[in-house]
Amino acid sequence: MKFVLDAEQKLFGETMDKLLSGAGTPAVARDWAAGTQEPGLALWRSLADAGVFALAVPESAGGAGLLPVELVTAFGEIGRHGVPGPYAETVAVAVLLARLGSGPLPAAWLPRIAEGSAIASLALPPAVPYALDADVADVVLTVDGGTLRSAIPGAIRASLDPARRLFSVTAGDVPAGVAAPAGARVAAATAEAYDMGVLACAAQLAGVGRRLLEVTVDYAKTRRQFGRPIGEFQAIKHHLANVLVGLEYTRPLVHGAALAYGSPDSPREVSAAKAAASDAAYLAARIALQVHGAIGYTDEYDPSLLIRKARALYSAWGSPASHRARVVSSLAGG
Amino acid sequence: MDLDLSPAEPFRAEVREWLRAHVPATPLPSLETGKGFAAHRAWERELHAVRLSVVSWPEEYGGRNATPLEWLVFEEEYYAAGAPGRVSQNGINLLAPTLFQHGTPEQLARVLPPMASGEVIWAQAWSEPGAGSDLASLRASATRADGGWLLNGQKTWSSRAAFADWGFGLFRSDPEAERHRGLSYLMFPLNAEGITRRPIGRIDGKPAFAELFFDDVFVPDRDVIGRPGDGWRVAMSTAGNERGLTLRSPGRFMAAASRLVELWRTHGDPADTALRDRVADAWIKAHAYRLKGFETISRTAGVGAESSVNKVFWSELDVALHETALDLLGPDGELAGEWLEGYVFSLAGPIYAGTNEIQRNVIAERILGLPRALNSAHGPGRRP
Repeated sequence: MKFVLDAEQKLFGETMDKLLSGAGTPAVARDWAAGTQEPGLALWRSLADAGVFALAVPESAGGAGLLPVELVTAFGEIGRHGVPGPYAETVAVAVLLARLGSGPLPAAWLPRIAEGSAIASLALPPAVPYALDADVADVVLTVDGGTLRSAIPGAIRASLDPARRLFSVTAGDVPAGVAAPAGARVAAATAEAYDMGVLACAAQLAGVGRRLLEVTVDYAKTRRQFGRPIGEFQAIKHHLANVLVGLEYTRPLVHGAALAYGSPDSPREVSAAKAAASDAAYLAARIALQVHGAIGYTDEYDPSLLIRKARALYSAWGSPASHRARVVSSLAGG
Repeated sequence: MDLDLSPAEPFRAEVREWLRAHVPATPLPSLETGKGFAAHRAWERELHAVRLSVVSWPEEYGGRNATPLEWLVFEEEYYAAGAPGRVSQNGINLLAPTLFQHGTPEQLARVLPPMASGEVIWAQAWSEPGAGSDLASLRASATRADGGWLLNGQKTWSSRAAFADWGFGLFRSDPEAERHRGLSYLMFPLNAEGITRRPIGRIDGKPAFAELFFDDVFVPDRDVIGRPGDGWRVAMSTAGNERGLTLRSPGRFMAAASRLVELWRTHGDPADTALRDRVADAWIKAHAYRLKGFETISRTAGVGAESSVNKVFWSELDVALHETALDLLGPDGELAGEWLEGYVFSLAGPIYAGTNEIQRNVIAERILGLPRALNSAHGPGRRP
């Protein structure tokens, strides 16, 4: 039993961190929000080269096999650095396609997703009603009444997180190359895709919270009032200690859910992780805002991008209440 | 990364089997009463007879050399079986780790075996009327005497001291030294000449703790742990034990959370989604605490200040979990019973072993690196 990242997994996380630290992600996110997507797409290709998407694609389709622990490691850094783009959606689509089995549709898209030459998005109403970044996606899917269909993007909907470009969708035709677009196999694939999105989102939230704690601690050490750093005041200390406690107990849940992914416990484990991650990241955001004061409430201050992202992701991929309900029903039945 | 518990499964099976055959069918009387204390002491003897009272200790002292994983598994089975609370916990979880780290071979050989068997039950004596969170301001004294020390002064909130046999605590052995300096860590029999103990009723009236008055109580040199004057360091080096995993193992909260889910199944109103969310939260947090335990034992580095994160988390989880149970019971929530006993016990959690405010100071200063303010102390604390 070794319930910590092994050396290779740790190195992967550090590599991601290094890559993203040098990428100027706040500017990339602001460009993305403004509809200038080229820097974000370049970053997408870099992350593909680092192997991120291959982690969700079977080896037979050019991937590395499904590696949930490595995926949550990557998504933690994607969250920490506020990288814009439909990352969770793309890995969820990869799982969906892989679970559909062989056929022209998976064969067409999985290798391209793995290498980063295709971007995917999806809507899974009611929990995921909008397709994120559908305008840059090469393939957009939805499951409508149990039937897999192409999703036709409609109007863009403004999000609190300006880097989340949400699109209303309508269900279109069954995509070409799907032998059986409905039935038990599609239902199982949809459920697994949803759980992957939930898991990725939970990992991302944990990363968002972690970065907000880091920047807020730094700020509290340097910002001076009453002749001393505000971090000397217990009121500030206790707020930040509470944020750390929340995050420290989110990480094991995310790792536990990654290890349980694909097992019968998977829905319960990913829901537990998402409910806890939502709370921990949101607390981190509220405290970050409070400790920064007015500067944190400005559009131009970079951490405010993450403050907004925490709240947006809080309800993305299923509300905390829906995940709590899933945990209780899996334990108590009903 | 993995969560392969299989190396501990044979041990789990043995423990489960034994507990199934031996856990009393009806709960023992509360260990905070004279009758209950005796019943819990007898239970400790039973555990010890099959070497299940201190599984992680070396065999020579009554243990089994269990790995940390086996210990976590033992605790899971122990609490899942509804086995009695551990009346020996102050000794086993706080004094013993201190002895393993600082005790002499003579002390280990003399103190540990009767602790393991429940023959000697230990009470802690940290706090004083004027030294609670600010433990370093303690004033009870140890004065040099021929072959030992004379103790004078007063200790209070001394958990288990109403019925226990021996006590341990910090005393000021150098009256010139200030705060953390000049303290000594001493052990003393509670029936020693010169000790007066006055039980104190806990919030529910049970004598869960006591105050102790020392009037020239002689303690021989062999009952000093570590060097005289070095008591603060000795106490602090194992303070993490009482805030961390060893005092409040994940198995305890996991078992309570499972019982809470069962209570929801039998008593819950499916339409009451607010209460359902709290049941979910209690389980999720207990589960997180369990997984964090596996993470902790997987690390090679010591826990240090991280135990403060632990303490804040489990103590608040414990209160929230029991509040949820009482709410599920509705008007019956105020009636005496196991949930109420657990609730009353949980209320002390955020206070003992260093209040959660002190723990938050530790987290902020030692983990997050925020600047230290004047007078922000953090003592080793105490537990009930």
